[in-house]
Amino acid sequence: MSDTIAHLKRGEQATIVSFNEEQVPLKLLEMGCLPGNIVKMMESAPFQDPIYLNINGTFLAIRRETAQQIKVKRHG
Amino acid sequence: MGKSINVSLIGNPNTGKTSLFNRLTGLNQKVGNYPGITVEKKEGICKLDRSLKAHILDLPGTYSLNTSSLDESVVVETLLNKNSKDYPDVAVVVSDIENLKRNLLLFTQIKDLEIPTILVINMADRMQRKAISVDIDLMERELNTRVVLVSARKNIGVDDLKKAISDYKNLQSVPCVNASSIDPEYFATLKKAYPKQSIYKLWLVITQDVNFGKIDRNRDLEDLKSSSFAVKSESDLKKMQHKETVVRYQFINGLLTKVLNVDKSQAKDLRTRLDRVLLHKVWGYLIFFVILLLIFQAIYDWSTYPMDWIDTFFAKASSWAQTSLPEGPFTDLISEGIIPGLGGIVIFIPQIAFLFLFIAILEESGYMSRVVFLMDHIMKKFGLSGKSVVPLVSGTACAIPAVMATRNIEDWKERLITILVVPFTTCSARLPVYLIIIALVIPEQEVWWIFNMQGLTLMLLYMLGFGAAIFSAWVLNRVLPIKRKAFFVMEMPAYKLPMLKNVGITVLEKTKSFVLGAGKIIMAISVILWLLASHGIGEQFTNAEEIIKEQYAGKDLSEEELTNKIASQQLEHSFIGYIGKGIEPAVRPLGYDWKIGIAIVSSFAAREVFVGTLATIYSVGSDEEETIKNRMKAEVNPILGGPLFNFASGISLLLFYAFAMQCMSTLAIVKRETNSWKWPAIQFTAMTVIAYFAALAAYQILK
Repeated sequence: MSDTIAHLKRGEQATIVSFNEEQVPLKLLEMGCLPGNIVKMMESAPFQDPIYLNINGTFLAIRRETAQQIKVKRHG
Repeated sequence: MGKSINVSLIGNPNTGKTSLFNRLTGLNQKVGNYPGITVEKKEGICKLDRSLKAHILDLPGTYSLNTSSLDESVVVETLLNKNSKDYPDVAVVVSDIENLKRNLLLFTQIKDLEIPTILVINMADRMQRKAISVDIDLMERELNTRVVLVSARKNIGVDDLKKAISDYKNLQSVPCVNASSIDPEYFATLKKAYPKQSIYKLWLVITQDVNFGKIDRNRDLEDLKSSSFAVKSESDLKKMQHKETVVRYQFINGLLTKVLNVDKSQAKDLRTRLDRVLLHKVWGYLIFFVILLLIFQAIYDWSTYPMDWIDTFFAKASSWAQTSLPEGPFTDLISEGIIPGLGGIVIFIPQIAFLFLFIAILEESGYMSRVVFLMDHIMKKFGLSGKSVVPLVSGTACAIPAVMATRNIEDWKERLITILVVPFTTCSARLPVYLIIIALVIPEQEVWWIFNMQGLTLMLLYMLGFGAAIFSAWVLNRVLPIKRKAFFVMEMPAYKLPMLKNVGITVLEKTKSFVLGAGKIIMAISVILWLLASHGIGEQFTNAEEIIKEQYAGKDLSEEELTNKIASQQLEHSFIGYIGKGIEPAVRPLGYDWKIGIAIVSSFAAREVFVGTLATIYSVGSDEEETIKNRMKAEVNPILGGPLFNFASGISLLLFYAFAMQCMSTLAIVKRETNSWKWPAIQFTAMTVIAYFAALAAYQILK
């Protein structure tokens, strides 16, 4: 099983690999959530939902359900 | 007169677009609505030079031209409709230096519409601190556009921008990204069919409804949607939009590696440190709770002083009109109908202004997004979104701006539920009703430490409002057959010190539009009420004076008592009296008489009318609380005897006002925001039924 954004710990970085196009809103892509871009986990609310990220220099929050759809490759 | 050109300000949210708009136009601006929808339209005039003026339109913030909300749809509509009077001669795309990459996505889309475009890079004052440098000349050449560095906050570069705008004739209008590479064949046939149109415009028209389709439009290209080019399935179109976004980012990444240089060796910044505390799993919630407490304290404590002045002022104005204008029905209309009616609106200005002030500060500073983040998980359980917190909090002032504040909730189901439950929160219009009834039926008794019964009752009513909102959201979430997508994307903006000018203008504009909007309705209602209460037919009404004089002939009544008796006789037999008698059977089981019935019916227009109506009905000329209160205390239940306003009927009234949907303006806004009469109708019926049965149960149990 590969990692998703939902698996990242606070402060951890990863590279976006791929995602299910049907499950991820276009708006997220427009904000820079694209394969190849770097994502850093900033903070998470209780129950790890929602999750606060820095994707490609943009700071944004998404829900856990969406984060689980985005596959990443952890750094280091 | 000089020439005037249309300039549209377009940009992502949080780029300082509105600050720039305020810099360009100063107070020379007006806020209205786009025809038929409730999206705010901000326009202003900016003098560029002696012979040229710019008519500047501040379009709602948007991340791209692929619309997914009503606000974004307005932007696209403006840019696609060449016949619109707002169609820009120049598009000024506002970006912020720290988010240039994401901001440029929107820029490339607008550029591809072949509109003359200027790129503004705002917040240039942060460049040095963040160790960022940009090669402007190279960027201008690569993008085929004018690029201007600006700091709206520090007022740097605004004159350069004005110069660039007045030089609009030399702006390029060629596209910069070739979007057709995502499906060359498809776009080639499209181009052949509509050779005169920009290819990207055609594409936008075709895909406009894929993510959001709820708006009526009339445009020259409407036939395109039913044509053979719309044959692609929605999911195909969505895939193409994804591809388009990827292509655009490839272009932008290529560009930025050439022109942008960021030194990343910066230490932990303010954002990280503040977020550690404000989003903390314990402190975060505690801080939010304290901030809420402070806001409520301000709204309900600080605003009492200006409210008292306003109250006194209108009472004086009313009696002045009565004594110094020539006697007659017209004077009565002014002194008893219009002035109290106006007072009823103006008295809410301090509370509304305070509320808008705090909300503006919370939003400007970037804190509001953190609250949304903290609350999303809890709210989701009830079918709401973290973004519902903002409407629920602002609903304590007024449901109207609260319903409008639901617009940025992406998920339709979550948004609809928020709109439907927001009117349960205790808005400021319920306060006068609560205050007078609590004063009448709840004993003024210390119960615990500094708390007394009356204060606790008021607090319970607030909690009841929130509770009812949350509980009905939970029910609606189960009942409504709408599929939830649970999409939630929110930018976490940088923390900023709120700018006085921006906050001031927001408070001024919002308060003004509230007063004018709600004002019209309250005015109309008070005039109608006055007409119905002061006119009637039949002997009992027209000969009221004789009848009363005859009835009390032997008794020793003072002049004042006699006048009051005559007034109530007239009222009882006026049109409103007959209406009241007609509805009495319906309200008697709740413990009310016909007069309360009338007050309730008239407050279906707006709740705050309740006290005013009772004031008129109990034949008290002024709005002075003490007098009405004593009158109400003296009222006797016509059937059971004993005081009419007792514990049982008082609690019943409080519950009725807590639950009932008594606000025409809110219903009108809900209709506009949901685009159908169905939802306001359901909302009105459900809330009124709940209110009736809650009041009924309370009275029957307590009596």
